[in-house]
Amino acid sequence: MDTLETKRNILDDSAPGGGVMPEFPRATPPQNALSRRRFVQTALALPVLFALPACSQDKATPVKLARRFFSAEEYRFIVAATARLIPGSDEDPGAVQAAVPFFIDLQLAGPYGRADRWYMEGPWAKGTEQQGYQLQETPAQLYRKAIAGMDDYCRQRFDGKAYADLGEEDQDQVLHDMDQKKIELKDVPAQAFFALLWQNTQEGFLSDPMYGGNRGFAGWKLIGFPGPRYNYVDDITQYGKPYPMPTVGLLGRDGTRTGTVA
Amino acid sequence: MATRLNPVDVVLVGFGWTASIIAQELTDEGLQVLALERGVDRATVPDFSTTHIQDELRYAVRGGLFQAPVRETLSFRNTRDQTALPMRHLGSFRPGAGVGGAGVHWNGQTWRFLPDDFVLRSHTEERYGADFIAPDITIQDWGVSYDDLEPYYDRFEYLCGVSGTAGNVGGSLRQEGNPFEGARRRDYPLPPLERSSGSLMFDKAARELGYHPFPAPAANTSRPYKNPLGVQMGQCTYCGFCEWFGCGNNSKASPQSTILPVLLKKDNFSYRSGCDVTRVKLDNTGKKAKGVLYRDLEGREYEQPAQLVILCAFAHHNVHLLLLSGIGRPYDPVSGTGVTGRNYAYQITSSVEAFVDELINPYMGAGALGQAIDEFNTDNFDHGPEGFIGGGYIALWTTGGRPITQHHLPKDAPKWGAGWKKAMSENYLKSVSVATHGSVVSHRGAYLDLDPSYKDAYGNPLLRLTFDFHDNDYRMSEFLTGKAEGIAKAMKPRSINVNKRKKPYSIVPYQTTHNTGGAIMGDDPRTSVVNRYLQSWDVPNVFVVGACNFPQNAGYNPTGTVGALAFWAADAIRKMYLKNPGPLIQA
Repeated sequence: MDTLETKRNILDDSAPGGGVMPEFPRATPPQNALSRRRFVQTALALPVLFALPACSQDKATPVKLARRFFSAEEYRFIVAATARLIPGSDEDPGAVQAAVPFFIDLQLAGPYGRADRWYMEGPWAKGTEQQGYQLQETPAQLYRKAIAGMDDYCRQRFDGKAYADLGEEDQDQVLHDMDQKKIELKDVPAQAFFALLWQNTQEGFLSDPMYGGNRGFAGWKLIGFPGPRYNYVDDITQYGKPYPMPTVGLLGRDGTRTGTVA
Repeated sequence: MATRLNPVDVVLVGFGWTASIIAQELTDEGLQVLALERGVDRATVPDFSTTHIQDELRYAVRGGLFQAPVRETLSFRNTRDQTALPMRHLGSFRPGAGVGGAGVHWNGQTWRFLPDDFVLRSHTEERYGADFIAPDITIQDWGVSYDDLEPYYDRFEYLCGVSGTAGNVGGSLRQEGNPFEGARRRDYPLPPLERSSGSLMFDKAARELGYHPFPAPAANTSRPYKNPLGVQMGQCTYCGFCEWFGCGNNSKASPQSTILPVLLKKDNFSYRSGCDVTRVKLDNTGKKAKGVLYRDLEGREYEQPAQLVILCAFAHHNVHLLLLSGIGRPYDPVSGTGVTGRNYAYQITSSVEAFVDELINPYMGAGALGQAIDEFNTDNFDHGPEGFIGGGYIALWTTGGRPITQHHLPKDAPKWGAGWKKAMSENYLKSVSVATHGSVVSHRGAYLDLDPSYKDAYGNPLLRLTFDFHDNDYRMSEFLTGKAEGIAKAMKPRSINVNKRKKPYSIVPYQTTHNTGGAIMGDDPRTSVVNRYLQSWDVPNVFVVGACNFPQNAGYNPTGTVGALAFWAADAIRKMYLKNPGPLIQA
């Protein structure tokens, strides 16, 4: 049972370089049977996510989380890019520490990634800026094509290196160039991809932790949002005073179903 | 072949605010009333429970309570010489779908329009001369006056438990209220909400500049409230999750929190969800409706016969149905003739963000918790030197501090990276936004018709929107934004961002869901789709209700007026139409 309490890693074995591999910091480690039961419930609810090492008694074996959308190579790009969009460290969490890549992977594997609610009938035309998104790609398809295109672009310009293998300065410059429409990709507009990636990165950093990002309330703690709370009747007139209560998520004090009872 | 269902007396298309009000009124007459709702069934418990509704990603960002374009959208272009392309996902506006309609996810900003708004053309011509109105501006009088609607505004406000401070009760002006408002018969049902830090800052700055700030009227209950139907509402808790969310606390007025607990108990009322009405079915004279055709979620087609058909859907959908059904002559922008689709308008907004030293705690708020001034609305100031028509209110709203969509950053902050992160940590708790909310004139080149290329899921042409703001409105908004900037600066902030509305109109960034016109009301069948009682000129047993009736848009949020119009039309049906079914006004 102790296996369940070890740190879990969201990357699989094929990801190189431990430095960018996000861990899941917890506000407080689970301490009782209830929390373990909650974790098991979560694991049952999200069976694809958790490749539990069956019957393992080895405390050192981390629980693996399988990706649902990205390939290993694509995931390296996403981890590297989001690490530049919101940089961080263990003490000052950024996108990677907040598990934003994990969040994006889940979003792209679901109805958002498939554009389930979008109107996707032809005929297709480029249109004006004011007419909005007119690409044939769903968000998931746009990521897939654009990441491949960006890695090709980087290999051509940087001695065969993929984006994830560039230095931080070069990584930043490539992101700026995407944003500034200075990069042309064969299949899809790089700028549209950048806009989507940055939007989804912010979502992963600032949405409720139950979606997989904002791990340990990293984003909310950074800005000072105490989470969704029911009642500020007595607080709203405490003008100029800091709000004293700790951060909560929709699933409780540590934001995930795996935590202790607050 | 459509399956023919048992007839009802009245069929309502849609089941949001207007349908709920009309259903409540007409069932009191003993009529058998059926509402057909395209979206899902929704109730406060369990659908809006606070255990899950305060979810910004699911509701505000992914739009969980909104219309899904896959099932219904429109095509858009700025001008007639462009090819319209479909709105593939929502942006500029966010119509609701599901029981309660957009009345579930609105903020609760519940305004009355000013007396001058209802006679905009005649008033403007009288004060400034006919030449003051550009030839392509097609504003017109409503055919109904503020005094006509006053009792119905009152009914809607008491239905909703609106919190506010009256400015003019029976002609006597009140301190702390809006001194420009039309006379009201009595106070708001509830006192204003508590003021937020931001409200107080705005209030102080506006007073220093000589303005008359007041608490904006809010359909968020400042106290527990029992409405005239006997429905109990709870006190608002300032949780900051009104707009884009349902209220789990029964403190934001919605059909669910004000009417449905009574309506749904009536034997002579029923509703069906998941029904896309695709046509109003006319008889072979084309002058009488026999009922409606609709599709269920599996695509099966039904014919629902009814004596009276009332279109209560969102503005776009009402107009789409009229065009598909051949009710009213479609508007032709070349000749300027025809009515259906004519005089589409919208809302022109801008903002001035202010970065302050004080701790604001923006996440404590309510959808209509705001402080406003009305000095620059409608004709509350002399337009002569300005050379434009219209205006709007300026307000500081404290609707909430949802982290993804409601953070503000100084203009010199980096867009991403370490600098973005630093700016987020320094500014989220110490920033406010002063908003302008401007009127929009109708004009010859702004209209709705059927798209020649794009089809919906049933093979029907999409609605096509051709729209840009008139230059009049860009000038008006520029003026209004300047005044907002003055107030923001008087708050002595560290810095400000002035966000003007840029030309041309874009369907991409969210602005407001205050889409108006296309089935406008009026005195003349040559320039309106419905008469002053919202009855079709051409098919007298069809009524059309909603913001689609506005001949142009005023500088206020529309829901108060939409609610008043629904009560007004229901009263006309009860008192006049049912006694003598037929045209209430001879064309």
